Amino acid sequence: MQPMALETVNPSSVRPSQEPMRILVIEDDREAANWLIKGLAESGHVADHAADGEAGLHLAAEGVHDVLIVDRMLPKRDGLSLIRSLRDQGVRTPALILSALSDVDERVKGLRAGGDDYLGKPYAFSELLARVENLGRRPADKPLETRLKAADLEIDILTRNVTRAGKPILLQPREFKLLEYLVRNAGHIVTRTMLLENVWDYHFDPQTNVIDVHVSRLRSKIDKGFDEPILQTVRGAGYMIRAT
Amino acid sequence: MPPSYKLLRTSTFRLAALYLLLFALSVGALLAYVYWNTALLLERQTDETISAEVQALADQYRFRGLQGIIETIQRRSQDDTGSIYLLADDAGKRIAGNLESLPAAASAETSWIEFPLVVKRSEGTEEHVARAFHTDLEGDFDLIVGRDVDALRQFAGIMRSTILYALAIALVLGLGGGLLMSRNFLRRVDAITAASHTIMEGNMAGRMPVSGSGDELDRLALALNQMLEQIERLMLGMKEVSSNVAHDLKTPLTRIKAMVESALRSGTSQEHRDALEKTVEESDRLLQTFNALLSIARAESGQSRSGLAPVDAAGIVADVFELYEPLAEEHGGVLKMDVSPGLAVKADRQLLTQAISNLIDNALKYGARDGEAPEITLAGHIEGDKVVIAVGDHGEGIPPEERSRVTERFVRLDQSRSRPGNGLGLSLVSGVMKLHEGALVLDDNHPGLLAKLVLPLQPAGG
Repeated sequence: MQPMALETVNPSSVRPSQEPMRILVIEDDREAANWLIKGLAESGHVADHAADGEAGLHLAAEGVHDVLIVDRMLPKRDGLSLIRSLRDQGVRTPALILSALSDVDERVKGLRAGGDDYLGKPYAFSELLARVENLGRRPADKPLETRLKAADLEIDILTRNVTRAGKPILLQPREFKLLEYLVRNAGHIVTRTMLLENVWDYHFDPQTNVIDVHVSRLRSKIDKGFDEPILQTVRGAGYMIRAT
Repeated sequence: MPPSYKLLRTSTFRLAALYLLLFALSVGALLAYVYWNTALLLERQTDETISAEVQALADQYRFRGLQGIIETIQRRSQDDTGSIYLLADDAGKRIAGNLESLPAAASAETSWIEFPLVVKRSEGTEEHVARAFHTDLEGDFDLIVGRDVDALRQFAGIMRSTILYALAIALVLGLGGGLLMSRNFLRRVDAITAASHTIMEGNMAGRMPVSGSGDELDRLALALNQMLEQIERLMLGMKEVSSNVAHDLKTPLTRIKAMVESALRSGTSQEHRDALEKTVEESDRLLQTFNALLSIARAESGQSRSGLAPVDAAGIVADVFELYEPLAEEHGGVLKMDVSPGLAVKADRQLLTQAISNLIDNALKYGARDGEAPEITLAGHIEGDKVVIAVGDHGEGIPPEERSRVTERFVRLDQSRSRPGNGLGLSLVSGVMKLHEGALVLDDNHPGLLAKLVLPLQPAGG
């Protein structure tokens, strides 16, 4: 097995795999908006800003953005109504809802209104970035491929066969699901919360980092005996499977 | 409003008055019936007797002539039965009978007449009332047959006044009783109102007066008292929590402030960096505490009840087991599962999972004696009409006297103070159980702690 230091990478080293995106930030708090726009720019994206619901709706309706970041509570028109109205107009731009109301009920409301993801405030920027980039990739997603590939790792969704460099790897059902999610996002960071939400369908914050143990189990199965680790820990952000 | 008027407006008095009205009506009807059947009947019978006698005398006259009727009248007049007879000629002069002369009331035609009758007694005379039938016989004779009905009339009079007195007494008693009852009722309602006012003024220890009779007002007062107790408990809890929150949030905030200030004073960028990293760490912890508090408050307020749906708790338990099993192994311990199928409950999957996770987290933290590996059991079974999900460990356990305390917010037992945690885990579990109309029960696992989530079993198909 590789020493820990080799498995861990810094976020900056994984940046280039992400295409630059045009993102609309609809947030009334100027400080928070500036912080977001600065962070997005540093990550190679272009961000526009709208300070209230009406302006946001107006800009978003142009349909030129890859992702919308929408605050839940906005002056003039609240976030949910904004998204609902966009969807009614046929604008399908993926939207991430930001809200201080981080409960499951609120989340369900947000998704029902046509939001694509929901993030409770306050959040780590790395979490937001991972989710925004994940949303930005969605339209490009080929309609549910049954064979996925990342570097020399191949998985078949139908037969549930996993091979690395041609060698078969045996996985438990949950490990398979975990790997599938990581491989679908190969080359991109996925956070622990994203894993908890998408692989386990849990929307709360467990006190201990149960996810890490599952990932390290998976890692021991897919990286053991290979020179190049494929499953990387991105410090302060999450995990990533190498695409190449 | 004057007190007497207030009394008349009580629902008891109105009910009593209505009842009284119905009662008076039925009593009146009953007495009228009795009156009809006695006094009036007697009078009717008298009339019938008189008619029959008139008929008989007329027959006598027809078959036996004047002499026959005179004889009969004379014979009958001698019996002192109160019967009155008079046979008079066309000038009104008596031919036979015990009546002196034709009374003034007797007109030309055949009719019922009533007239005063002077009765001779040993001690003088009395004026009575007589009722008679006056008829003309052939040959211009007047025949009067009657009875002294004074006794009858007196009897009817007594009956009428009895009926009126009875009604009057019933009305007075009923009204008085109604007022008395209303006053009693009003006094108790006033006492409850007064108690409410003292409570509103801030005396949360105040309670509704209970008379001890167990009537509906007592039941109401008891229910209100239970409600007040719960409110008081919640308010006490709130007070305690706010002071705990103040402490548990202020401490890390003070640390952050101190750290940042000292970093600002010193100059090196490494020190700045360290301070910033620690600040992030501390604020993450703060956020966690804050989120946990919010979750507890939400669960306890019962707002999320809409998220409850019928589920098989066995599936939820199996999923949590699957999530935590590797972690237990990482701690060098084991997590074992023993769950029966078909644990039908009404639950919020997220919250129930979080509750079980918290219990397993606790078991991993405190569930082993020093130097031993944690051995945790996760069980789910039906017990009677309950579904019991239990997490057991073999650690130090919690002494019985501390068990009720540990579910309070921020309470940490002395032996656990040195370990990480915010003292909110069990509070959240307890709050989640309240939301599910269940309970968190802490038991002895001989040795260790057995934490049980007791949920109502949903009936099959329901």
